Amino acid sequence: MSKKIATIPFQGTPQQEQELLAVIASLKDQQGCLMPIMQKAQDIYGYLPIEVQTIIAEQLNIPLEKVFGVSTFYAQFTLSPKGKYRISVCLGTACYVKGSGRVLELLEEKLGIGVGEITPDGKFSLDDCRCVGACGLAPVFMINDDVYGRLTGKAEEIDEILAKYAD
Amino acid sequence: MSDMVNVKINGQAVAVPKGSTILEAARAAGVVIPTLCYLKDINEIGACRMCVVEANEGRGFRIVAACVYPVSEGMEVLTNSPKVVDSRRKTMQLILSNHERKCLSCVRSKNCELQKLANDLGIEDDGFYDGAKNEYTIDETAPHMFRDNNKCILCRRCSAVCEHTQGIGVIGANDRGFSTHISSAFEKGLGATSCVSCGQCINVCPTGALSEKDFVNEVFAAIADPTKHVVVQTAPSVRAGLGECFGNPIGTNVEGKMVAALKRLGFDFVFDTNFTADLTILEEGSELLERVTKGGTLPMITSCSPGWVKFCEHYYPDLIPNLSTCKSPQQMFGAVVKTYFAEKMGWDPKDIVSVSIMPCTAKKFEMGREDQSAAGVPDIDFALTTRELGRMIDRAGIDFNALPDEKFDDPLGIFSGAGLIFGATGGVMEAALRFAVEKISGETLPADKLEFKEVRGTEAIKEASYTVGDLTVKVAVVSGLANARKLMDKVRAGEADYTFIEVMACPGGCVNGGGQPIQPASVRNFTDIRALRAKALYDEDAAMSLRKSQDNPAVKALYDEYLGEIGGHKAHEILHTSYVARKVNF
Repeated sequence: MSKKIATIPFQGTPQQEQELLAVIASLKDQQGCLMPIMQKAQDIYGYLPIEVQTIIAEQLNIPLEKVFGVSTFYAQFTLSPKGKYRISVCLGTACYVKGSGRVLELLEEKLGIGVGEITPDGKFSLDDCRCVGACGLAPVFMINDDVYGRLTGKAEEIDEILAKYAD
Repeated sequence: MSDMVNVKINGQAVAVPKGSTILEAARAAGVVIPTLCYLKDINEIGACRMCVVEANEGRGFRIVAACVYPVSEGMEVLTNSPKVVDSRRKTMQLILSNHERKCLSCVRSKNCELQKLANDLGIEDDGFYDGAKNEYTIDETAPHMFRDNNKCILCRRCSAVCEHTQGIGVIGANDRGFSTHISSAFEKGLGATSCVSCGQCINVCPTGALSEKDFVNEVFAAIADPTKHVVVQTAPSVRAGLGECFGNPIGTNVEGKMVAALKRLGFDFVFDTNFTADLTILEEGSELLERVTKGGTLPMITSCSPGWVKFCEHYYPDLIPNLSTCKSPQQMFGAVVKTYFAEKMGWDPKDIVSVSIMPCTAKKFEMGREDQSAAGVPDIDFALTTRELGRMIDRAGIDFNALPDEKFDDPLGIFSGAGLIFGATGGVMEAALRFAVEKISGETLPADKLEFKEVRGTEAIKEASYTVGDLTVKVAVVSGLANARKLMDKVRAGEADYTFIEVMACPGGCVNGGGQPIQPASVRNFTDIRALRAKALYDEDAAMSLRKSQDNPAVKALYDEYLGEIGGHKAHEILHTSYVARKVNF
């Protein structure tokens, strides 16, 4: 699947940029430094938008496409920022068999976004994942560190859960 | 210890140098192993598995990739066993299962490496591995080419040549697994990137995924329009490449037949870009001498290669003052046709359709640049590649090889050997030297002193130094943009004291341009096509009596009748241009 590229405006701060430049300066002479730099950059910004990837490419003097290729290859990198509430729907075998696909569909409908995307207000982001280690509760999804299990796949149930994150 | 390794290919003994691959050893034994992703020195990744063979190094036969697997003493290789053939067929079927098989309308039909391999392997076109198929939008954003990922087989030859040979890297593999596709960063179209339009990716593509924007229909329409005067020019390298479209050996000079074909296609005047190559030498040579004597920006760098010019604008904008302000020969030609020649013929420049045949795809970009409209209308209306001319000739039903040799029209078809060798790396430099040495010394250069062999050949970077009177001129010649980058880094750092540098975007110069006939990897991996095509030009030059640009009578007449002084006001207005700094990223 292709990764979703963020369309919301970049809001990086000068402090974040200073931090990133310091990381690059400390790692740039090591062989194979691109991945660790990208990981640190994602720690700093939460995601890897074009503005961040461009800084990395220019500092390392490599084509931007090279950075982008790595960022789209590895599942650990995201091109879209994460919301205040990060929803992660388990599509592991047990959850999937128990109907987590339907749960994901409902969440997509309710939030109006697809997997890998974020709501325009920056509140919710939606991702899928493989097994959170709670197969006994299947189907499961998580919002930040809260686990919701034994879901029925009913719309009202999702509404109730989302309502807890109204702030 | 011997430097040779003894191996058996299909039972046949052969000795090859240590370090050879199985692919090379097989060639030495006269056996061609099919390849798809492999491109010598450019893309040696052993990924496509089309070249698999069975190899036994004493522990039984195993399947290995011949393109990257080195031979060892006593190795036995089977290149055509049932196991090998079965493996290749399966691989091919899997590739084809996600390939848009529109061979009837594909630009590469008959010249497609994938099509040939599928045929050779006896693949039947039925629904093997029917399943999911990727669907991609064709990228039309670049001025010179299309990228159609529906026909891409992910061999990565294009991205390798872009990154390693040209030092640019604007295309590469993105996403993973079944979604893997070649594109640019953040899925921006190629036109938004720092792509320089060199077209080397097209030349290495084994399929029809990459192709130039074709203007054959538009040119046929212009020829058919009775209100238009259609004037064509052909670049030096076209005559050294075009013959390959019609089955001639690489390096066949088909100048006479090319002219005959253009006349039969119905062009009103068939002229030669060599004429303005000569003109370029006078303008550029004078510019150089002026910079040397009056303390202008040095080293001066040539501006004939539009791929190089765009590269400089993106990556070395600080060196723009070093670029010669001369338009390229193509653009000078268009400018001369729509000013001087239009006036001579009593034509309105608006009624002229100025067509160029170029070994180059960047010329399609160059014609649309700012400051390239000497007569108030674009200097060039259509820039076709050598391949497109080949297509026109085929479409018109002209039996190319049976044509007689014919001559270019006067006066803009008159040229010197100096203009002709522009097509090979070092050619512009040699032509400039033939001019500059005479100009500085004030003495005629004798016929046996005309060849400056130091600047010839396909090495990446060539240097030479010449002393004329009390002036020493240090020159450098470079081709291929990754090589140019090395040289420009030195210039930028002030570590190079050259007077004049020739840069060609394509390795080997225009003879190996992105618009030349495409040779498959099976040829490229074992033949230096650059040297063969260049030889065609040097041989013709050596046989000519007019070998110096400054002796071209038609160029002299152009100055006398129209331009006035070399490097003068009018010449500047018509024959010179300007550049813009560009960004590398978005």
